[in-house]
Parts: sequence; C-alpha cells; structure tokens
Amino acid sequence: MAAAAPDPLLRPGLIGARLPRVEDARLLTGRGTYADDVRPRDAAHVAIRRSDHPHARIVSIDTAAAAAAPGVIGVYVGEDLAAQVRPLRATSRMAGYHATEMWPLARGVVRYVGEPVVAVLAEDRYAAEDALELIDIAYEPLPAAMHAPEAAAADAPRLHDALPGNVLAARRFGRGDIDAAFAGAHAVVEASFRLHRKAPLAIEPRCAVAEWDHGRRALDLHVATNIPGVVRDALADCLDMPGNRLRVIAADVGGSFGGKGSVYQEELLVAALSRLLRRPVKWTSDRLEDLASTSQAFDERIEASLALDADGTIRGLRAEVLSDVGAYSIYPWTAALEPVQVVSFLPGPYRVPAYAAGVRAVATPKAPTGPYRGVGRPAAAFAMERLIDMAAARVGLDPAEMRRRNLVRAEEFPYRTGSGLIWDRSGFMETLEAALRDGGYAALRARQAEARAAGRWFGIGLASYVELTGIGSRISAAPGMPINTGMETASLRIDVTGAITAAFGIASHGQGLETTLAQVIAEELGARIDTIEVLQGDTALVASSTGSYASRSAVIAGGAATLAAREVRAKLKRAASLLMEADEADLEVADGTVRVAGTDRVMTFRDIARAIYADMGRIPHDRREDLISTQTYDPYLGTAASATHLAAVEVDPGTYAVRVLAYHVAEDCGRIINPLIVDGQVQGAVAQGIGAALLEEVTYDAAGQIVTASLADYLAPTAPCVPPIGITHLELDLPDNVGGFRGMGEGGTIGAPAAIANALSDALSPLGIAVDELPATPERLFRLVRAAQRKDDGA
Amino acid sequence: MSGGMHDIRVTVNGRAVAHRVEDRLLLSDFLRGVLGLTGTHVGCEHGVCGACTVLLDDVSARSCLTLAVQADGAEVRTVEGLGTAEALAPLQEAFRAHHALQCGFCTPGMLMTCIDMLATRRLATDEEIRDALGGNLCRCTGYEHIVAAVRSMVAARDAAGETAGERP
Repeated sequence: MAAAAPDPLLRPGLIGARLPRVEDARLLTGRGTYADDVRPRDAAHVAIRRSDHPHARIVSIDTAAAAAAPGVIGVYVGEDLAAQVRPLRATSRMAGYHATEMWPLARGVVRYVGEPVVAVLAEDRYAAEDALELIDIAYEPLPAAMHAPEAAAADAPRLHDALPGNVLAARRFGRGDIDAAFAGAHAVVEASFRLHRKAPLAIEPRCAVAEWDHGRRALDLHVATNIPGVVRDALADCLDMPGNRLRVIAADVGGSFGGKGSVYQEELLVAALSRLLRRPVKWTSDRLEDLASTSQAFDERIEASLALDADGTIRGLRAEVLSDVGAYSIYPWTAALEPVQVVSFLPGPYRVPAYAAGVRAVATPKAPTGPYRGVGRPAAAFAMERLIDMAAARVGLDPAEMRRRNLVRAEEFPYRTGSGLIWDRSGFMETLEAALRDGGYAALRARQAEARAAGRWFGIGLASYVELTGIGSRISAAPGMPINTGMETASLRIDVTGAITAAFGIASHGQGLETTLAQVIAEELGARIDTIEVLQGDTALVASSTGSYASRSAVIAGGAATLAAREVRAKLKRAASLLMEADEADLEVADGTVRVAGTDRVMTFRDIARAIYADMGRIPHDRREDLISTQTYDPYLGTAASATHLAAVEVDPGTYAVRVLAYHVAEDCGRIINPLIVDGQVQGAVAQGIGAALLEEVTYDAAGQIVTASLADYLAPTAPCVPPIGITHLELDLPDNVGGFRGMGEGGTIGAPAAIANALSDALSPLGIAVDELPATPERLFRLVRAAQRKDDGA
Repeated sequence: MSGGMHDIRVTVNGRAVAHRVEDRLLLSDFLRGVLGLTGTHVGCEHGVCGACTVLLDDVSARSCLTLAVQADGAEVRTVEGLGTAEALAPLQEAFRAHHALQCGFCTPGMLMTCIDMLATRRLATDEEIRDALGGNLCRCTGYEHIVAAVRSMVAARDAAGETAGERP
C-alpha cells in the first residue's frame, strides 16, 4: 500500500494546484468560438421539417411552394441525398445485435416525432423557417408500440421492417449458483424500479457549419460535439472522402453531458449539402429541435431481487432490465451502450457472490437514446442502492452498517464482479466512512428524530457506487463497436521561440482540459504554465482521435501528455548537456530553464530551442534532436472511481415538493490535478442527478408526441433547487496508470438519484412508502401518499 | 412572410449604431447576426434559460424575447461591454477566481443578470442569491461556485458602502 498522499491543497507543484482556468478569459468576455459563432459570409442556412408522426410511411412530399418562397436556395428530401452519402450504421460484434441505418433525411418511413424529413436551404434562417410551413407531406400512419413492454412482445408491430423484432440487443450476465443463493436465503428483498427518460440538455443547442473548399475538394465542419474524431471518421466513410480532406472542429462547446456525443443526421446533412452546393451550409437547432432530436437517455425498467443472510450478507442478486432505446441504434455507441452498462454495473461496489441478470434493448418510436452523463450507472445505482436500504430494513441494520458489511474490503482488491468487471483498489469503505463523518450522519439522524416526532417527512439517504473510468482498449464502452475508445495521443513541441504547444485529440466542452493538461505538462516538463498552449477539439491535430467522454480525458490524455512531456524533457537535457558541457545527471529542469545544479550556468528553453533549430553548428548534426514528441497512451484496463453520497430531504406535506436540505459527497478520484475543477465537476454532476431524481422527464403521449418540448415542460434544476454540496476528496492508493489519475466527470450523476430515492423512501417510511420510480415529482409523491392513506383507511 | 422594415438607432456598449431591420428580427439575432457580437448566446429562444440576457437601459432583458425594434432609442449592454481578456471587470474576475463557469455558454447571460441583481437587490443571504439566479439555467456548475462569486461581489459592494436600490 502506498503512503498516504499529501493534501492536494498543500502539495507543491502544478499537479494538485487550485488554479483558475486559462479558458476563462475568453469565455468571460464573450470571445469564445462556439459553432454558431462561425458565420461564413455566404452561408446557406438550413431549417429542417421534422416528422410529426411516431411511425408512418411517407406517401408524398410536395416541396414546390417552399422552393419558390423568397430567399430559398433549395429544398431536399431523403432521396435527393441518397446518392451523395452512405447512412450511419452502428455495427457491433455483439451476438444478437441488430444495427439500424440513419440517413441524413428519412427515406420511406419515419420512426419518431422529430426525425429529419426535409431540409430547406435559404439565405437566412428566418427565410428557411418560413418555407418549412409550405412543405406538404402526406403520411400513412403505421402501427407502433410506444413503450418498451409492449414493443418487446413477439407480436408487437415492428418499427424496422427488415429486423425480426424490436429487440435490438439482448445480453445475459451471471456467475455463481444463483438458485442456491436464493433458495438458502434468510430473506429476499425485491422491487420494480423505473427511471424515466431524460434529456442531456446542454444549454448550447446542437449546431453544425460545413465549409466546402472546392479548390482543395476539402471540407471543414464546425460542430457542437464532444467527439470530433468520431464525426470525422464517420464523415470519411459516409461521404467517401479521405481524412486529410476532412477537418472537424469543435472549438468551444457549450456543454454536452452526452447529448453531443454521438454522430447525428444533421452533421451528415450539412456536410453533404455543402459539398453539393459548393458553399457553406449552416444549421443551428432551436430548443424544440434539441429536445425532440438530441439523444435521450436513462429510460429503464428494472426488476431486481437481493438474497440475504440473517446478518445482512448479500448472497445473490437477480435482475431483468428492459431498456427503451428509441427508434435507432445510435452511432457509434449502438443501442446496447446504456442497457448493457445498467446490468454490468448493477452489483456496484458490493461483494455479490452469485449474479444473474438479463437486459433487452427495445426499439420504440422515440428519439434515439445515447450516452448521458453516468451512462447506465445512474439506473444501476438507483436499483442496487434501494435494494441495499430495503435489505437493511429487512434484517434490522442501519443502512450504513448494511453497506459496511457488504462493500468490497481493501484486502479483496482487485475484485472481479459478477458481470466480469475488475475493480482495482479504490476507497469503497473509506468514502462511506468519510461521507458519514463529514456529512454529519449522526447529527442528521438526531434531526430526523425531532422532525419525525413533529410529524414531518424528513429522510436521509446514502448511495455508494463505483464506476470504471479512463478505460483502455481492453474494454469497449459498447461491446464490439467500431471505434477504439481506449487510447489518446498527445503531440508536444517546443518551437524555435521556446513556446510550448501541446495538441490532443480530446475535445473539452467545459471540463477545463486546456488548464488541467497544461498543469500536467508544466509539471512533467518543468515548464512555466503560461508558456504552454493546449490545442484540442480539432481533428487536424493528431492522426487518430475520438473525443472527450466516459471520464477518460484526464486519465488517458493526461497519461499521453505525461509520456510526451517526459520525452521532450529528456531531449532538452541531452541538448543542454552538449551546450553547457555538463553531465545530464547534474541538470535540473524547472520553470522553463535547464540549470547545472549548484551553479549559475543556466539556459532557458528558448536558448536551447534556438541552439537546436536556428544556430547552425552549435549542436553536432548527428546529435541534433527536434524538441518534439508524439505519444499515444492506452491504459489497457480502466480504473475504479468510487464515492458515497449522503442526502437529507424533506417532503412538504402541502405541496409534495421536495427540498434537498443537505448533501455530501466523499469521493476517491486518485491524484487530483486541479481541486477547483474537481469540485465544479462534482457539484455540477450532483445537480444533474438531483434533476434526474426530482424534476427531469421526457414524456411522450399515447399518440407518440413529445410533450416536454420546451423548457417550461422539461424542468432542469435552477439555483434554488440545488443545495450547497459538501465534498471530501480522498486520494488513496493511486491507480496503476501513468498519471495516477482516476476519471471523475460523471460520478455525481450516478450517486444522486440513488441517494435521493433512498432519502425520500426514508422520509416516507412511516407511511410504508418506497420511492422506486424517478423522478419523484410532487404528483407521483402525492399519489403514493394517497394510496398509502387509502390502504390504511381500508385496513 | 417578411414584414415591414424599420430604421432603428441603438447604443450598444457605448457605440451608436443605426440599422434598417425587419420588424420580426429578434434583438439576439440583431446583436449576433447584424452586429457580430456573438458573446450573447441563444439557448432556448423562448425566454426560459436566460443565456441571452442583456441589459436594456440597465435592466436585464431576454434578448430572445425582445425585438430589435423594441431596442430603438435604448442603450444595450452585452458581455462585450464588460472587461477585456487582459483586464477583466471585477465580476468577471470573481467568476474566474471561483470557477463559476465551465462550458461558458450560459456565462454571458449570468454576468448580465448578476450586474442587475447586484445593483437592485440586497442579496443578504445565499438563499437570496440563489433566488435571484433562478431565472438563468446553468447545466455545468450546479450553481454553487456562481453563488460564491456573487457573494464575494456582494461583500465588496457592501464594504464599499454602495447600497442596492430595490427595484419596485
């Protein structure tokens, strides 16, 4: 076991420093470059007529009036582009998986309300939107099963004619003798859990601007995405162009949370139209389009049961998951992404000797689901943590003690879960104890006793979870998908002026990677941070890239940056050794200089760079090395990041509104690069988790219409909804990767729904109510309380 | 469907501008598209998210719910009218120091809202600050660092003896 790491706030050096961000000056002064800020002078603007049917055959489309409208350049339907592009098709080697095709505009059949059908190009967005209304589309409605339970039935109407049914993927996990585990159990707790569909809801709506350069037969796509590398590679396939004629740029991106983490029809559409028309083509979505067509998430139904010994020891876990994945299998992740992760992460940080679980991903006529912060794990933690609290109540243990008895213990790492994941040593138990201590668990229980005595509905909830972050090439986010999510490249150079440029394939969209990666490089290279320029969000920078997602960038790009910085540092020392005629072992590199230790002989990076690049003859030609390093890092496996959340809530008996009174997170994210940024990630993710628990729900009505298509209907947390969030950072044993970092961008969203569901169930336990459906809106709580009171009256 | 055209004169960040605009042109589109001031962001175009907030004669306003013609004769202040990257205004500096922004998309609207609330509300408690921020959505920060930035500005304001004039 490694020695305890020093306090990140006190540790000298740049890794661990609470530095303000280098990005901020431009973003605070309105000088960022978000995709919609790219305004080519002669851009044609696209407006999209979208399907208003959940499932229908397109009988005819009359575009004549729209084409004749003022300012309109052209009107395009699916068939017009069929010869220009190949469709997006998310393949997978997973057995029993069925891919679907996504064309830029629907061809023949529409499969969700909001699917792109017709594109109008006009001189400005106003004219393009005007013309949309002049398009006349005749549809022949087709039958549809709106929700997963009906759609999964063998005789359900099929959404995709060419497929055998609506189940796009199915998988089973298991180990141990599950029947014996349940047969010999002292007690079994079981429940049906429902997490309703969410929208990632970045504040910047999706946007794409394509600029075709006919002279070079090359295309630049400025796009609000967090996966520019994946978009570039998809465009290369779909447009049949080489990568060196395609550049995808995501300069500043206004949040994603997963919603900008898939390749979209509109990105293909503007690229194809720009090439076809030989002029820039721009599409900026409005909020209605964003809510109706950006990937959605978390639409899960989980039936689960837990077998227990009398002392609370877990004997086994069973689960069946039905996942409503929407109309298409999203590119590149596939429809299996979220559902499979629900099942593979369900056992959580606990010792579960026997596990048996199945999952089905079912197509329904709704917007496709895709990644959303936490992917699968918010639903998994919600179900498992509720079972843990139910088990505690059943065997008469405090919920904290129930966790203590079942969390994987320090000596058991590495621990292989029932689904085959391997947890490296992480602070499972330590985060629990820290959350109890720093979150004031004992005091909250005392406060609860007083509140209960006064008849108030006050509850406390815990949630412990573990996620896999910084995942290398051994493990695919979705099994068998066609991209490598496990590696990252850093390309570092010191130029002749002594300035340092570090280029990456990642794509920051709020995480502050320009700052944290500069911190890593400054420390590893011995440079001043203000001399480092971090470039990212541009596929021209490195040969192969994907983007930023899955809590990977600090771990994998940070690892690549470390390797590249170490190589350039070695080159600096070799050059300085020649130039100062000193032994390399006597050289110290710090603060942008190389010094002969204990002397006043010193060269700046600039002196050395000039000597190498510009001063002929100063270094023997056969010993000259450019101050450049390109390194690719693949951590192969991933590393566990664990946390425990503690929430206290109170339900208003008049309005059924829920107030989150206290919230504490204790987490182990390995070596912290910048505590200020880590705090911000935790707070923001918890706020999203509170939204998932209490407010946020995408609703489709029985006719397949999305009825939460504005921010008045889809409620996201505002400042008064979010309490102050206490945070305890634990830096325990560092993971076995280059930088010692663990990913931590998603955890808050994983823990919060579970902690709040447990707190609400605790608050309402005097009424015999369990909260197993989220979001726990006032209406749902009202119905639960009413039903409980009726039952009491009837008894 | 284009409507009538109107000549408008607006002072934007201290600079007088005159343009002929369509009556339906949104102030947000006027600022971004006509004047090229892309610091004002558009998040929802229905007045909920607050990203497009500007000051219209010193009062915060949703530029996506305001027509450009309604700004005729008015003074408009946008994020570009605050400090510069080399010399941030104190509020911008407070946001930077407290890490009150992540993706930065809601930030211009947050800043303009904060200017208004610091001028017109007492903001004696964090609860009051959260309440005053309630009309601006931020999806990244969870608001806590924004509250901290505003609190530091309230402390500086109150220490300087400036009082917030309560707006009726």
